[in-house]
Amino acid sequence: MNIVSLIKSLPGACSQGLIWGLLGIGVYITFRVLDYSDMTVDGSMATGAAVAVMAMLGGMNPYLALLLALIAGMATGLITGFLHTVLGIPAILSGILTQIGLYSINMRILGKSNQAISVDKYDLIVSLRYIPSAIIVSLLFCIVIIAILYWFFGTEVGHSIRATGNNPNMARAQGINTNLNKVMGLTISNGLVALSGALYAQYQGSADVNMGRGAIVIGLAAIIMSEVIFGRIFHNFALKLFAVVLGSILYFMIISLVLQLGLSTTDLKLFSAIVVATFLAFPYLKKIISEKRVRRTN
Amino acid sequence: MLILENVTKTFNRGTVNEKVALDSLNLTINDGEFVTVIGGNGSGKSTTLNAIAGVFPIDSGRIILDGEDITSLSEHKRAKYLGRVFQDPMTGTAGNMNIEENLALADRRGKKRKLLWAIRQKDREKYKEKLKELGLGLEDRTEAKVGLLSGGQRQALTLIMASLQKPKLILLDEHTAALDPKTAQIVLTISNKIIRENNLTALMVTHNMRDAIDYGDRLLMFHEGKIILDISGEEKKKLTVEALLKAFERVSGTEFTSDRDLLN
Ligand SMILES: Nc1ncnc2c1ncn2[C@@H]1O[C@H](COP(=O)(O)OP(=O)(O)OP(=O)(O)O)[C@@H](O)[C@H]1O
Ligand SMILES: [Mg+2]
Repeated sequence: MNIVSLIKSLPGACSQGLIWGLLGIGVYITFRVLDYSDMTVDGSMATGAAVAVMAMLGGMNPYLALLLALIAGMATGLITGFLHTVLGIPAILSGILTQIGLYSINMRILGKSNQAISVDKYDLIVSLRYIPSAIIVSLLFCIVIIAILYWFFGTEVGHSIRATGNNPNMARAQGINTNLNKVMGLTISNGLVALSGALYAQYQGSADVNMGRGAIVIGLAAIIMSEVIFGRIFHNFALKLFAVVLGSILYFMIISLVLQLGLSTTDLKLFSAIVVATFLAFPYLKKIISEKRVRRTN
Repeated sequence: MLILENVTKTFNRGTVNEKVALDSLNLTINDGEFVTVIGGNGSGKSTTLNAIAGVFPIDSGRIILDGEDITSLSEHKRAKYLGRVFQDPMTGTAGNMNIEENLALADRRGKKRKLLWAIRQKDREKYKEKLKELGLGLEDRTEAKVGLLSGGQRQALTLIMASLQKPKLILLDEHTAALDPKTAQIVLTISNKIIRENNLTALMVTHNMRDAIDYGDRLLMFHEGKIILDISGEEKKKLTVEALLKAFERVSGTEFTSDRDLLN
């Protein structure tokens, strides 16, 4: 292993982690706040990227392009929410259906499977060519988004989304329209995921129809690592979201490390899947083992 | 005033598991009336409360609350008029949210939820006052996650939540059944106090005949989806468990069978 090249790769891992941290926050809203395993993510990430890149190639201001990507992402969440709440399709399947459908839509938006956007010709907000500035800008994005979400989930509307995810029976008994709140949560979540995709497309200088594949797993990895490391010290909602961003940075650092250790980029998906499966299984196995111990001592 | 008019509910219609849970049920409850409900397992008590709350649609009949036909109103819309406390202490509160967040949620029942900060300082004082009345020390733990509370504490909190915005009707479905006897009595006393002090109209299911006799103004007994006994006024005050069991046998033609009721 080459320590020097590992250290050199860390700033890049940091900026990547910050951009994907927005996706992690989006996934946190569905997975943890709403208690909904939303598979839309893999599609909406690429939708965000495709919309932003095509809009900029068409001459749109890069910030407006981000806004457009955010709105497009929100629309994808709306579709999943519609499938689930109005048409009664199970949660996971609703997300998968949207994700599959989005592949065709993203292809239509892009016109071909990959569209490049050069930082030399376009005034991109973040680029891997200028990593220090990418780190600062994406960190600012994370902070602003976390601040907005902290406020939002402290409002009456935000509370009703939290209650819907925590205990839908209680929520309905308190007059909360749980279906509407699920749709709202999905909409916000996928908006953030698309925003992350749009920033990432700028960062790497292209949008690819496959770039969201496995994104949900990376988002989950960031969440789970954040909870394992910071779960006991961070109780405030804003800090929890920030921990997800830190988890995401850590994830990309670990990825740099395993790449240096000789894993190929195509091995990464298997690696991520194993990491997430292990961490998800951990609390369950711990419980089983402690129960066995109790039984033995009795 | 609550009126149930020929309310019928059949579960799993057209299958081998078909079950007529409510059979043309008729019931009128006047304002301020505290009604206790008893009956064997599967006699339709919970189904009645759930039908009123709109958990599922009924097959036929009408439900009228204060002159408004709420038969086809969705569950969350009816919640505006109803306070509910459930058998499982987990059901009535959000365990991941803290005490004041839960109270704030209940304080907006029936109101439009806005993009305003959910907990305001003057509400905090109000919530603390209400919690203090319980005498459980919860007023000093308003930022504790509700998931950390005991079953009895959660039920007491749910009772406050159900009455914070005065409901037209409060529905209590065996809300002390999951508690130990001592805690059950404390929660029952609190329930009675809240119902009486706020002059609430209440429908309380219990498996304890003694409690059904001791509390409330009127007693209903369910059997096979129908109300077979309806006792109020002086007659209820003089009621004994033995008389109740005898009356049940006379009216239903069977012996009263409910493991839990016999145990009490
Ligand atoms: N969701 C449901 N699906 C199918 N059958 C149901 C459902 N809810 C209730 N039932 C059936 O309807 C009948 C009445 O049930 P209900 O829950 O109203 O009884 P109960 O009087 O509350 O009894 P318990 O004392 O056991 O709580 C029972 O036979 C029950 O099995
Ligand atoms: Mg019942």
